[in-house]
Amino acid sequence: MQDRVMEKAAALLESGVCTRVLGWKTGEFFYDVTPAVFTSAEEVRTQMVYNPFCGPNLSKYLIAESRKEGKIAVFLKPCDTFSFVQLQKEHRIARDKVYAVGVQCDGMIDMDSLKALGLRGVTAAREVGDNLIVSTLYGEKTVPRREALSLRCRVCKSKRLNDCDEIIGEQGGDLPSDRFAQVEALEAMTPEERFAFWRSELSKCIRCNACRNVCPACSCEKCVFDNPGSGVRNKAAADSFEENLFHIIRAFHVAGRCTDCGECSRVCPQGIPLHLLNRKLIKDMNQLYGPYQAGADFDSKPPMLAFTPEDPEASIITNGRDGQ
Amino acid sequence: MPVNETFKPTIVAFCCNWCSYAGADLSGTNRLQYPANVKIIRIPCSCRLNPMFILRAFQRGADGVILCGCHPGDCHYTTGNYYARRRMTLLFSLLDYMGIERGRTRVEWVSAAEGAKFAATMNDFTETIIKLGPNRRLEDLRCKTE
Ligand code: SF4
Ligand code: SF4
Ligand code: FES
Repeated sequence: MQDRVMEKAAALLESGVCTRVLGWKTGEFFYDVTPAVFTSAEEVRTQMVYNPFCGPNLSKYLIAESRKEGKIAVFLKPCDTFSFVQLQKEHRIARDKVYAVGVQCDGMIDMDSLKALGLRGVTAAREVGDNLIVSTLYGEKTVPRREALSLRCRVCKSKRLNDCDEIIGEQGGDLPSDRFAQVEALEAMTPEERFAFWRSELSKCIRCNACRNVCPACSCEKCVFDNPGSGVRNKAAADSFEENLFHIIRAFHVAGRCTDCGECSRVCPQGIPLHLLNRKLIKDMNQLYGPYQAGADFDSKPPMLAFTPEDPEASIITNGRDGQ
Repeated sequence: MPVNETFKPTIVAFCCNWCSYAGADLSGTNRLQYPANVKIIRIPCSCRLNPMFILRAFQRGADGVILCGCHPGDCHYTTGNYYARRRMTLLFSLLDYMGIERGRTRVEWVSAAEGAKFAATMNDFTETIIKLGPNRRLEDLRCKTE
């Protein structure tokens, strides 16, 4: 796949279909792959990579890149294409300035999963069939690829590549996914347990804003958390209230627009399971207002921008859905 | 749960200008009793209620927050309260999911003619909050005066 992606990128630049390519290159470490823009076939051949560590979702960069001169080609995994469509729906991306190449995806691997398998001192990893051969300072180990998948890819909702000009590999479809299992487990707890759970998670937050900055849905020109009047601009939370404030508002602001790409949880340096907040909102909206998947199509109406006179009253929550 | 007799909860009631605020007025002119600790904040329409306002109210000492607006179908701006209803339902569910007591927030539709309903709602909501006790899970100690 690496070769096909790079050949395609070089060919698109050489044939003049685009003037820039948005892809990935290796960062400080081999597993730390970072988004990058390439302007020549030469750069592509020497720097670009495509490997199972290419987790970063490139769609958000198109907001800025599609406003520049000339056309940009971008490589998108299925989940990235959901963000791509969602951002177009919000009129944030100039589609005619983008050449979208969808790349078939078998799930991404991340370092956290390798560590969870007990692998330390990892220096390289390569795919061989359904296995991953991992070189470490202590020798080579073979692990099944599916056990090395990042957590979000284990519950992948869809392998469908939306709105691409071209596809490398095969088009996929929606998958049955039990991504709400953890949300249900939390719902089954008592309020006291849930409160304790979220305190223990959210109190780790250092307010680096990485979750907000990486999120394709969190792309407002002016963010409430950058507003000096908010009292919480660019600062670590002073107490539990500010932690809750940031996380409630962050999750709520992307309600109905979050595609569940999983980037927020991936980038959090503190390992906070932010996806459990987003998924709760998605699950509620599906249950209360009908199934909806952000970024799946251009026509459906986002639930928070719609209503029906028959919508349930808020009392179904405050009185307890279970009649408590 | 033991009910604290001396606990006088602070309630913040966001009332839309066109119905509920007038309803509160009517309850006053009719001399109906409701607790003095209900602080009414007037908003143009129920859908003006930013979730941030609710959190801020809790931060600054509210023990309960209630939103009152026109009855569905009667919003002065036609559909504002339908959007507010979805937003509040989702927000309250998220708060519940994070372990905040679900009785601390409420939505009630009160028309300009329903002075009695306004007073009854405030009395009932205050009762609920007294049973729940002071807001601890969304408090900000820096904002405590006593
Ligand atoms: S990425 Fe993690 S630590 Fe940083 S602000 Fe978000 S939740 Fe907090
Ligand atoms: S909130 Fe997280 S999962 Fe949702 S779109 Fe943003 S980064 Fe992706
Ligand atoms: S004006 Fe009362 S709810 Fe909109």
